[in-house]
Amino acid sequence: MALELPKLTYSGKIKEITLGSGDTAIKVGGETSYPFFTFEGTMPNLPRIAMEVYDSTPQDWAPAALEPFNGVISDPLAWAQKCVADYGAEMICLQLSSTDPNGANADAETAAATVKKVSDGIKVPLIVWGTANHEKDTDVLRRVCEAVQDRKLVIGPVEEGDYKKIAAVALGYGHTIAASSPIDINLAKQLNILLSNLGVPDNQVVLDPTVSSIGYGIEYCYSVIERIRMAALTQQDEKLAAPIIMNVARETWKSKEAKMATELDPKLGDSRKRGILLEAMSAWALLLAGGDVAVMRHPEAIKLVKSMITDMSQS
Amino acid sequence: MALSGIEIFKLLPKTNCGKCGVPTCLAFAMSLAAGKAELSACPLVTAEARAKLEEASAPPIRPVVIGSGERALKVGGETVLFRHEKRFENPPGLAILITDVMDTAEVGARLTRFKELSYIRVGLKLRPELVALRCDSGDAARFTGLVSRVKSESDASIILMTSNPDIMATALKACAERRPLLYCATMDNAEKMAALAKETGCPLAARAPGLEELSLLTEKLAQLGVKDIVIDSGAGTPKQALHDQVMIRRLALNKKFRPLGFPTIVLANEMTADPMKEALVAATFVAKYGGIIVLSDFQGETLFPLLVLRMNLYSDPQRPLATTEGIYDIGGPDENSPVLITSNFSLTYFIVSGEIENSRVPSYLLVKDTEGLSVMTAWAAGKFGADTIAPLIKKSGIADKVKHRRIIIPGYIASESGGLEEELPGWQVIVGPREGAHIPPFLKNLKTA
Repeated sequence: MALELPKLTYSGKIKEITLGSGDTAIKVGGETSYPFFTFEGTMPNLPRIAMEVYDSTPQDWAPAALEPFNGVISDPLAWAQKCVADYGAEMICLQLSSTDPNGANADAETAAATVKKVSDGIKVPLIVWGTANHEKDTDVLRRVCEAVQDRKLVIGPVEEGDYKKIAAVALGYGHTIAASSPIDINLAKQLNILLSNLGVPDNQVVLDPTVSSIGYGIEYCYSVIERIRMAALTQQDEKLAAPIIMNVARETWKSKEAKMATELDPKLGDSRKRGILLEAMSAWALLLAGGDVAVMRHPEAIKLVKSMITDMSQS
Repeated sequence: MALSGIEIFKLLPKTNCGKCGVPTCLAFAMSLAAGKAELSACPLVTAEARAKLEEASAPPIRPVVIGSGERALKVGGETVLFRHEKRFENPPGLAILITDVMDTAEVGARLTRFKELSYIRVGLKLRPELVALRCDSGDAARFTGLVSRVKSESDASIILMTSNPDIMATALKACAERRPLLYCATMDNAEKMAALAKETGCPLAARAPGLEELSLLTEKLAQLGVKDIVIDSGAGTPKQALHDQVMIRRLALNKKFRPLGFPTIVLANEMTADPMKEALVAATFVAKYGGIIVLSDFQGETLFPLLVLRMNLYSDPQRPLATTEGIYDIGGPDENSPVLITSNFSLTYFIVSGEIENSRVPSYLLVKDTEGLSVMTAWAAGKFGADTIAPLIKKSGIADKVKHRRIIIPGYIASESGGLEEELPGWQVIVGPREGAHIPPFLKNLKTA
């Protein structure tokens, strides 16, 4: 008697949406099973990696994280172009760190000009990320939306505290919104409901459930993402069926374990490889929970994760 | 899986003799169903009923112990597919591969790494549990030599890897009391391997290509009297292994399919030659149902992330990890350094201490026991207000460490600052940032002020 394998029938589907526009637009989402469970569903669009670029020179970065970007870390456009040309970036995520009110507090005008410059200088889809300060993001991200009218951006983080003002403008220019909520399935759902009440169509929303890295609460994000996917795929929860974006790199590389020099604690192994692996493993674990776009930093970490994605999906 | 009280009652002698400690058999049955009593308390139960009850109450994935003493490892016993449904129970054992064709220095280096690579985090010791000793030479004496060496130089739990029953028998003689896992029984050697396992009481790994053959093999081993089994579906790629792990877990939990109701072993070392990628393969099966994961080697940079990920995913979602109450020195503080206070939710502690470190401002971090609750939750629950913070500051001895009398509280409990100044005469309460990420600029500005 043949052993009958208990395959799951999924009643839901993750929405398929297009990031960017024109020839280089990328489709994400569309899954009809848990991540990489291709024995019982499909993953028409494999998870994508967006490479991070910062609009202000990084401070206190680990040498391993800086080394791949030697010579371009103070020039966001050159940095983005290097990511595409040298490291094959499929998308760029421009982090507007210069606008942080607790830091340089650059004005919206300047930030929007930088975004425009980067947008004009690269073809791949562009994600623009603020500082999660509601007041400042409202100011900055609205200007960004206006500044780039010839292509579709992804704009984030759009949170409950600022969605009305940012989403309205993003919608006006056809940009996609990264709806960001703090590690909670109900808050994620609520924000998506608020956005659709505002008239934002489902195909213009990606979900950012907030992520953290290994050793810093990854288990919470992991489970929230698993629950979001479960609700979307097995309970037809339409409001949670959006593709998921995960800002992994920032969270990983700021930890002391990712930065600590080899000689400070030899038991933690080679500093460079450790940082790369903390990033790659954090991203990979979260992709296993259910993510569509991972924002990553180190080219070697990206290569490792892409190689896992390939292994897990090829027939 | 579990029987109801009434179903259990039907199997009991129904004498109401009271010898089990409760007056009636029905009451005893109810206690059994609730897990509050042991069947052995009943002196009259028949052997047949006992067998039935034990069978019915057996966990769907059998817990198996490998090794003895302090490093003994319990795997299996899992009850859910997703950690948020309850929790994952027994973290997968991590094994470092050592073969009998490695030179003696390499073996020594691996044993040293096995011993030294351990880490303390949130008061927990993170370390690997297993060495997988593989016979590549085909020479029983040589393999046994390796086994004896490992036994005398290490307290590791051992996996013996050979499919040759004669070599296994010889090696097993050298270390049977350490209760190694015998890897592996196949359809070809099942009888002999089963005999060795039965004779020594050691757990036995069963390997067969595919789930169907594997279930036939474990049924055969069960018939031969082997109870402690670890299973390997022979998957050679991460993709196939993910499929097999998911199906095994579902069959065991949802279909109560006994032949696959055992912990698994995954050979990550056979799925890639790149150690960095191997760590990601291993991470896959930390998340998705591995019982034991064999790696080709351990280095700090691969093992540390894996051990922490394993701790994270196997933490109980219903019980937050907590850090010990006390004063934590960060960056070598002195008598003029700032003093910050936060809750003892381990995540809060990690983030706050990490950000203080990032600020490069040497500081004291006072961690208050809030029963593992975060700042906001603890405050709302009345565990992180002026009335409980003040006594801690007094008894902590922080006043002896610093000359100043300034305490920085989290921005989220700003409303406690007045109350706290009242409770702590002579102290100035400074409201710090709400978010950990804002601590570095806050501390830097504080320093110049």
